[in-house]
Amino acid sequence: MAIPLSYNARNLRLRKSLTAMTALGIALTVATAVFIMALLAGLGRAFATTGDPLNVLMLRKGSDSELAAGGVSRDAMQVLKDLPGVAKNAQGEPLVSGEDILVVVMPRKGGTGETNVTTRFLAPLGIEMRPKIHLVAGRWFTPGQREVVVSSSINKRFEHANIGDSVHIGKGDWPIVGIFDGSGTAHDSEIWGDINQLVTDFERTVYSSVLVRATDPVAALALKNRANDDQRLELNGLLEPDYYASQTKSGAPIKIVGWIVAFIMAVGSCFAAANTMYAAVAYRGREIATLRVIGFSRPSILTSFMLESLLLSLLGATLGILLMLPFNGMTTGTQNQVTFSEVVFSLQMTPVVVVSAIVFALIMGVVGGFAPAWHAARRDILSALRD
Amino acid sequence: MTLTRFVTKNAFRNKRRSILTVLSIGGSLLLLTFLITIWRSFYDSKPSEESAQRLIVRHKVSLVFNLPSYYRQKIQAVPHVKEVVNQQWFGGQYIDDKPEHYFAQFGTDPTEFFKVYPEFKIPADQLEAWQHDRAGAVVDAGLANKFHWKLGDRLNITGKIFPVNLELTIRGIFTPPDPTQSIYFNKDYIDEGFPRLKGQEGFFGVLADSPDSVPGVAGAIDEEFRNADRPTKTESEHAFQLGFIGMLGNIKAFIMSICLAVVFTILLVSANTMAMSIRERTREVAVLKTLGFTRDSILGLFVGEAISLALVGGFIGSMLCYFIVTGMAAQGGYFTGMKVTPLTIVAALLIAAVVGFVSSFIPSYHAAKVNIVDGLRHIG
Repeated sequence: MAIPLSYNARNLRLRKSLTAMTALGIALTVATAVFIMALLAGLGRAFATTGDPLNVLMLRKGSDSELAAGGVSRDAMQVLKDLPGVAKNAQGEPLVSGEDILVVVMPRKGGTGETNVTTRFLAPLGIEMRPKIHLVAGRWFTPGQREVVVSSSINKRFEHANIGDSVHIGKGDWPIVGIFDGSGTAHDSEIWGDINQLVTDFERTVYSSVLVRATDPVAALALKNRANDDQRLELNGLLEPDYYASQTKSGAPIKIVGWIVAFIMAVGSCFAAANTMYAAVAYRGREIATLRVIGFSRPSILTSFMLESLLLSLLGATLGILLMLPFNGMTTGTQNQVTFSEVVFSLQMTPVVVVSAIVFALIMGVVGGFAPAWHAARRDILSALRD
Repeated sequence: MTLTRFVTKNAFRNKRRSILTVLSIGGSLLLLTFLITIWRSFYDSKPSEESAQRLIVRHKVSLVFNLPSYYRQKIQAVPHVKEVVNQQWFGGQYIDDKPEHYFAQFGTDPTEFFKVYPEFKIPADQLEAWQHDRAGAVVDAGLANKFHWKLGDRLNITGKIFPVNLELTIRGIFTPPDPTQSIYFNKDYIDEGFPRLKGQEGFFGVLADSPDSVPGVAGAIDEEFRNADRPTKTESEHAFQLGFIGMLGNIKAFIMSICLAVVFTILLVSANTMAMSIRERTREVAVLKTLGFTRDSILGLFVGEAISLALVGGFIGSMLCYFIVTGMAAQGGYFTGMKVTPLTIVAALLIAAVVGFVSSFIPSYHAAKVNIVDGLRHIG
């Protein structure tokens, strides 16, 4: 027969301060793990939501980043426009956008240093090809003018990034005329300007990349293969989602350091939980012996104490998750290891993160609770009663 | 029995509890030492004597823009400048894109390079061999060790930024004071495959005549090119490296918040243990008092006990961290060149001691205050 769970709950309540302190220790460990997992989930989300499966990104053969030197020639872009399977807009223009990427250095707010910001130059057609992006303030840049629009996260995170400020790029200042919302995509870390003005300013002869929209997923795959196979074009075609997914590796430093931190903290917390449970067992030596005399079996004592440890860690997990809740959605940035510029993302406490945190805490409970529970179940009845 | 012996005996009276506490504190301090080490290697590292004398000149807007090659002569003419060398980040790939195969490749000028980096030691015959082979490379001794490279080995580097694939021959192995994870080759090799880069450089390394003249030289160089088509940004090598770390994000806040969580966790663990063991000994305290121990000395006994437990944990933790970091640094990758210094260990132990003190103060204070008669009557 099993010992009722309320017995364990009451016992935890009896030693309030001991329970509270241990649970808080587990809570802090869980909070740290949640923090790291939420960072990685946010970063993953920024890249995962960026690509459109109908868009094919064309880069120079051999390169896997838009920032690489050399690029897609104008001739190649003309060829791409006439390929079968390229979608057209209402005006009958093929949806092919030649784009260029530069990196500008901007100061972060709060004096925490400068960082590289990706600046994308494109034609209005390119904006049309990314329906997730929309303007929230001001207006889009005028073609043929030195004007830029910034994403709302850039606007929030950097000094001098408001409408009316300007960004110095190459030969002159480019005033900021609008703010767009990147809807959590990688474009949230970008500044956008007009491609033709850039070509004039910098005498660029090639595009860093060309984005092509296909009519359907089959055509997208065909376009990608066509570009890769055609020797004259010298292109590396990638489906847009695949290109951005490969950039999630930017989270590698956070991931490595994060897991080391979470693991060591978890080991520390296991010992603390074991300590608390040993104390619980020691205080209740006579009680346990009495339970045995009444007829509760060894396995049920073992289960009962394991459950108590799990209850304790569950309490810690709940506390830890609650502790991190206010930080959900907080934006931060790290360096994109493909474009060497800042990628802005937000902490995302996704259901996966929350469930993993609870499992993480329960593992601590099992590891920390097993030895004391075993000890409790194995004790000799007579000597325990005499204690 | 001396007081110290009394304290240590008591600290380890309940062996299991003490060991669990020590291990728990040890784990937390291992982490704390690790974080302090990362912090110090990022923000606290003193540049070496030569590094303090060196500056990096790059395009004012961003490192991704190039500077004209003729800037080199102009920089050379700036007062207090001893040597200048051009460098170009190649950003290629060796074997595959796995992190363990990652290292930096720079195109440079073999005749000048080691003059700007005099602390990189290379045998004279190897240097000469490098200077005579346009497709030659010199590699960091640590890298050579890791990949088992020998002189004369071939290295194939695939160009990821430039449409050029390098087929280099190792002509020299240099030994830097700290690991650089870099190889250097003749920049002309990139120009041959990608003529658009001819006459342009990624950045310049400049050696000033003394560390004191570095700020002046930086100002003078930037002033020289202020109104040029391509203005420059010159900073000390150390500042340049810090800039890269800054780009990783708000590392300071990240480390700080985790450190705080860790310290608070140790505080809880330690306070928990002390509260448990002091409550158990209420009757003993009363006995001690009857024997004539004053309140202060009882307080001291308990606080001493907590501090010694925390210190043992701290010592184990920081020593473990020392071995782990040394092991990881030897593996290369992100942790190259990281060291747990004695100062870091002392800092960790100090934090442990303070935590031990704070955690035990309240329970010990209550115990010391207990009335003798109540204490003797206490059933624990």
